[in-house]
Amino acid sequence: MPLLSVRNLTTRFATDRGVVRAVSGVSFDLEEGEVLGLVGESGSGKSVTALSIMRLVPEPPGRVTADAIEFDGLDLMRLSEAEAREIRGARMAMVFQDPMRSLNPVLTIGRQTTEVLRRHQKLDGKAARRRAIELLEMVGIPMAERRLGAYPHQFSGGMRQRVMIAMALSCNPRLLIADEATTALDVTIQAQIIDLVKRLQRDRGTAVIWISHDLGVVAGLCDRVNVMYAGTVVESGPIRRLFHRPGHGYTVGLMGSTPRVDGAAAHRLTPIEGLPPNLIDPITLCPFLPRCRVAVAACHERPPAPRQFAAGHWAACFADLVR
Amino acid sequence: MSRLLEVDGLDVHYGAVKAVDGLSFGVDRGRTLGLVGESGCGKSTTGYAILQLVRPSAGRVLFDGADLCRLDTASLRRLRRKLQIIFQDAHASLNPRLPVGDLVGEALDIHGLFPGAARAGRIRELLDLVGLAGHLIERYPHELSGGQAQRVAICRALAVEPELIVCDEPVSALDVSIQAQIVNLLQDLQQRLGLAYIFISHDLSVVRHMSDEVAVMYLGKIVELAGKERIYAAPAHPYTRSLLSAVPVPDPDLEAKRQRIILKGDLPDPAHPPSGCRFRTRCPIAIERCAAGDPPPQPLAAGHWAKCIRLSEGS
Repeated sequence: MPLLSVRNLTTRFATDRGVVRAVSGVSFDLEEGEVLGLVGESGSGKSVTALSIMRLVPEPPGRVTADAIEFDGLDLMRLSEAEAREIRGARMAMVFQDPMRSLNPVLTIGRQTTEVLRRHQKLDGKAARRRAIELLEMVGIPMAERRLGAYPHQFSGGMRQRVMIAMALSCNPRLLIADEATTALDVTIQAQIIDLVKRLQRDRGTAVIWISHDLGVVAGLCDRVNVMYAGTVVESGPIRRLFHRPGHGYTVGLMGSTPRVDGAAAHRLTPIEGLPPNLIDPITLCPFLPRCRVAVAACHERPPAPRQFAAGHWAACFADLVR
Repeated sequence: MSRLLEVDGLDVHYGAVKAVDGLSFGVDRGRTLGLVGESGCGKSTTGYAILQLVRPSAGRVLFDGADLCRLDTASLRRLRRKLQIIFQDAHASLNPRLPVGDLVGEALDIHGLFPGAARAGRIRELLDLVGLAGHLIERYPHELSGGQAQRVAICRALAVEPELIVCDEPVSALDVSIQAQIVNLLQDLQQRLGLAYIFISHDLSVVRHMSDEVAVMYLGKIVELAGKERIYAAPAHPYTRSLLSAVPVPDPDLEAKRQRIILKGDLPDPAHPPSGCRFRTRCPIAIERCAAGDPPPQPLAAGHWAKCIRLSEGS
């Protein structure tokens, strides 16, 4: 049985201009210890998918529906707010792009790291403090004991993100969701953080959902990828297959748009022309059709159903990209 | 080919913080110099100092032979037409109260270009040049997407017919598909108009794509400078090497094989930089002698140098 099973997740937001369908009918499974990448551009629904699973979408204006979201034997859709709070931070944890906004600026790092431990693991003050020092050392914060009295602004961006990861891992969650967790960091610091996540994932068998727009980071970290566009998963596959034999026009477009530090890209980038669709208007055909370079006649007639290419690799695309 | 811009011993010091310290480099007409480094390395300050948007503490910035640092305000203003800048956050650089047509027209008016009847036609021509549809002329900045706003900013810069554009992280805030559109646009414009660029970015993949030459900065200093092919194929300075090794490549097979040089710790406090080589506190090959003095540039090949005393050891 998978650790997480999402079926037909749909998340809408009521706005002044109409209902925005941020996520439309997303389904996927995540096995224990697996690292799943969610890639796509701004507004593709990656973050809202994660927030919906974590039960962090404010309702209203949001409205989350699903046939099922099962996690670790629990039906997340049926949990009360109080029950969801018990799961979050303990069995599933999330790290965001901007650690400064996740940390409370007027509380010390020590107070914030021990709070999680006292709440979920029922440790007393002394034991929580000891464990917090251990955790901060584990994520590579030097002189952790002395730093407990520091405030978030006294830490660099990379150190703050390490604190967030330490807090997220403090209760040994089965699932860690990282939402653009290294996007704001410098590349040498990003390498440190990814190295850390890989090590922790290997040592503890934590399952990870890694949300990123950076195909390179995903290629180095993930076992499997879901490519999202306009609130839907348009392609899903094991990492090597998806990168070497992409099956969706959008996936191909993303790769053609990405310059490479190893110079392997063509001399000229092949951008995806135009802009992503407005998610208020109803989308009846393939959402990528207006920008697609490989569209065929069928694309203009009906919406594409997922086509299976190999075990675990499918794409909702009529073009015969995978032969 | 001729040198359009020559920077010599450029300093920007704020008290103890030497944000830019002793930079020397040049840019030829029609070419691109990439300026890379991580946050706080001084790459944006360098761009501003070239345009005299921050006043350098010392050094010379020769543009077509004239030292911009010594010019009075009126002459500088005349010359600034030839040097333009675009920023990461295009929306923030556009006056929210002006529609696109006026934003571009304003640039013409300031320098007295295309007055009267020619103005409207020139605005349309410029919008067309940057791939903006004519109907956007009435739109206000908040109605534009990030990519469209960056096109308007580029359009304003082009309106005054510059020879050099400082591009300060121009695609960093954009989604990858839009980023590729703007990268291609900048390349096309360079070809058509013979522009020189100083392309400032933390993204080594985009810099490789855009640049002819690349300078790598760390804590206010250039640590290595070389032609693009050379620096990516044979980086010499330990900082350049670790930086390049840290950039992920969108290929799972290559990623699985790559050896990363993971740096220790964070950037030192710029007000109290390490003595000698500023990189030595994080350098995997530092020795005691690195603390002794500022390492001089070691010539390694034609147009390639790096500041590291360990390179002369023949290792």
